[in-house]
Amino acid sequence: MYEPIKGLKELPTDEPLAPGHRLCAGCGAPIALRQILLAAPKDTVLANATGCMEVSTVIYPYSAWNRPWVHSAFENTAAVASGIESGFKALARRGEGKEHPVIAIGGDGGTYDIGFQALSGALERGHRFLYVCYDNEAYMNTGIQRSGGTPLGAWTTTTQVGPAEFGKRENKKDLMGIVVAHRVPYAATAAISHWRDLMIKVRKALAQDGPTFLHVLAPCTRGWRFEMAKTVKMAKLAVDTRFFPLYEVENGVYKITVPVPNPRPAEEYLKAQGRYAHLLQPQWAKQLETVKKEVDANYKRLERLAQFTSPIPAT
Amino acid sequence: MTAVEAVKTVPMLGDEAVAEAVKDCDVDVVSAYPITPQTIIVEKLSEFVASGEFKGEFIPVESEHSAMSAALGASLTGARVFTATSSQGLALMHEMLYNVSGLRLPVVMAVANRALSAPLVLNADHGDMMGSRDSGWIQFYAENVEEIYDRTIQLFRLSEDPRVLLPSAINFEGFILSHDMEGVRLLDGEQIRKFVGRPKLEQRLDPENPKSFGALASPDNYYEFKMQQVEGMKAALGVFKEVEKEFHAFSGRRYGAVDAYNTDQANRIVVINGCASGTIRAAARVLNRGGDNVGVLAVKLYRPFPTDEVVEHLRDADSVVVMDRSVSFGAPSGPLAADVKSALKSAGLDTPVMSLVYGIGGRDFSIEDGKKVFAMSKDKGAYGTTFMYGVKN
Repeated sequence: MYEPIKGLKELPTDEPLAPGHRLCAGCGAPIALRQILLAAPKDTVLANATGCMEVSTVIYPYSAWNRPWVHSAFENTAAVASGIESGFKALARRGEGKEHPVIAIGGDGGTYDIGFQALSGALERGHRFLYVCYDNEAYMNTGIQRSGGTPLGAWTTTTQVGPAEFGKRENKKDLMGIVVAHRVPYAATAAISHWRDLMIKVRKALAQDGPTFLHVLAPCTRGWRFEMAKTVKMAKLAVDTRFFPLYEVENGVYKITVPVPNPRPAEEYLKAQGRYAHLLQPQWAKQLETVKKEVDANYKRLERLAQFTSPIPAT
Repeated sequence: MTAVEAVKTVPMLGDEAVAEAVKDCDVDVVSAYPITPQTIIVEKLSEFVASGEFKGEFIPVESEHSAMSAALGASLTGARVFTATSSQGLALMHEMLYNVSGLRLPVVMAVANRALSAPLVLNADHGDMMGSRDSGWIQFYAENVEEIYDRTIQLFRLSEDPRVLLPSAINFEGFILSHDMEGVRLLDGEQIRKFVGRPKLEQRLDPENPKSFGALASPDNYYEFKMQQVEGMKAALGVFKEVEKEFHAFSGRRYGAVDAYNTDQANRIVVINGCASGTIRAAARVLNRGGDNVGVLAVKLYRPFPTDEVVEHLRDADSVVVMDRSVSFGAPSGPLAADVKSALKSAGLDTPVMSLVYGIGGRDFSIEDGKKVFAMSKDKGAYGTTFMYGVKN
């Protein structure tokens, strides 16, 4: 069972991710990680994939982490986490120390793309750990290149916009769908704008005896092209426009945790970000319609999935 | 036998000998992916899990990259970690080899050497490990099954020594040794556990004392991190001698960093590593019985390279032939030959060296071939070049 969170006052005052790291002003990722770690036990151990979070927080001889932390490569974080979990387990069996919660952290590039196989393997093997994908929807660390998590129509430095192109041609990969297909006990989406929802999900995940997954939207002021003071608002707008629905899948049962019965117009979200500016121009009207239809269809699909109150049979 | 008699002599394959050693070395985590001809190691370990003889965690990962990544994570908890691979698998984990050595983690690995694709071949050469030669791993080459067993046990002690703290690999030719059945004089499990002790890693993931591993370095400090690895590798040469001495005390067996046959008398010496060491030694014995005067220096410890010992054994030779079971494309010689040349030259010796590549992709090398090599070694005009021995026209 997990411990519920009622208000800010009951959060620990211990700071898991100290100030002084070198992430951009207005970065969504450290906000996500702070919220996650404030909800997690103090003895949590972290494995971090190469990416913004990694490269900006531990620059020798400094570290912003007040938790044991390891980074080694881009594509292997889930595998590293599975090794950590197994190491603690084996040592605990000998009476040499005890088991600790393990959280793996990867960006969308490290999760959707290069770390995808390692993630699938670790989920399938059933290690007890929480995998957090902080999704800023492109390879922001290397300079805003498209990833499997970049949404349809978004500009990036490798999905340029011009008379012949409207940004990314392909849809965002259904990562949650793929994770859920591993029949993990718990998977959820979260946004930094909905901190309580996020923290409850972290606690629910860590209470499970098995692999769990948290997909957090972490807006990127540089890559999405919006003012750095509006990061949390951007996350809220993504939820309110149904671009990023907040839901959980517990033992196969879907639940929309923050229902959006009356969504705000998609244009509000799009016009707030430079990466979508072109979509609002008349020549891309058709593509804009496609983007809106995809957002709508995705939410409706989730609503239908959430009608099942017991796990949906495989066949 | 000096101290304790071996428990019993058991016929086993090279791969089985590795698993047998791992079982008795108090290993906490095995993380491995199957690849021919290493598979028997993981199968055997899985049997030991099922029988309850192996009490650690067995992680059946989905790739070799993850095998080494999980090994890294597990080792950072302070656990004792083992993995095994071959060829393409070693190539796939290449990136992680550097991470494990760079983080100074004492992971132990068995490599059933196999040639790399393309074209695909399942048989032995040293090209796989030579491709990872500079990854910061301690590297041994074995020439028989009992040596594989003994070295595996020694590696845990050597790697985990606080003066060393580097990962290590025991190399043995795929199929030739991995699937070769020989008698192994098994050692007593209690004696082995006493010898290896428990790992005591000070730098580890500990919530009581949170530390960060795998930082971003800069040109201002990366060099110094590497210097520490250089020092660790250097220290391994001395620590290895201590470890072997202790191992010898309870097992009665020792191999050394090099194995020398008639090098103090011989005028022509062949330097080699791996299982063909025995073959070429047999050829040398036959020739010496017929009045020739040749020697063999088998290099067992390849990294750190036992430069001084190699030089001492070759000092009085008229000429040296170095045999490599791998190719360094476009290089002046094979990798082992390059090391031997460099060692001789740095000692001020101008001994003529012939570089010979042989046995690539599992091409057989017989005692007759060994005799031919010694015949070639008489040709003074052939020194200074690299030959591809046994290649068909």
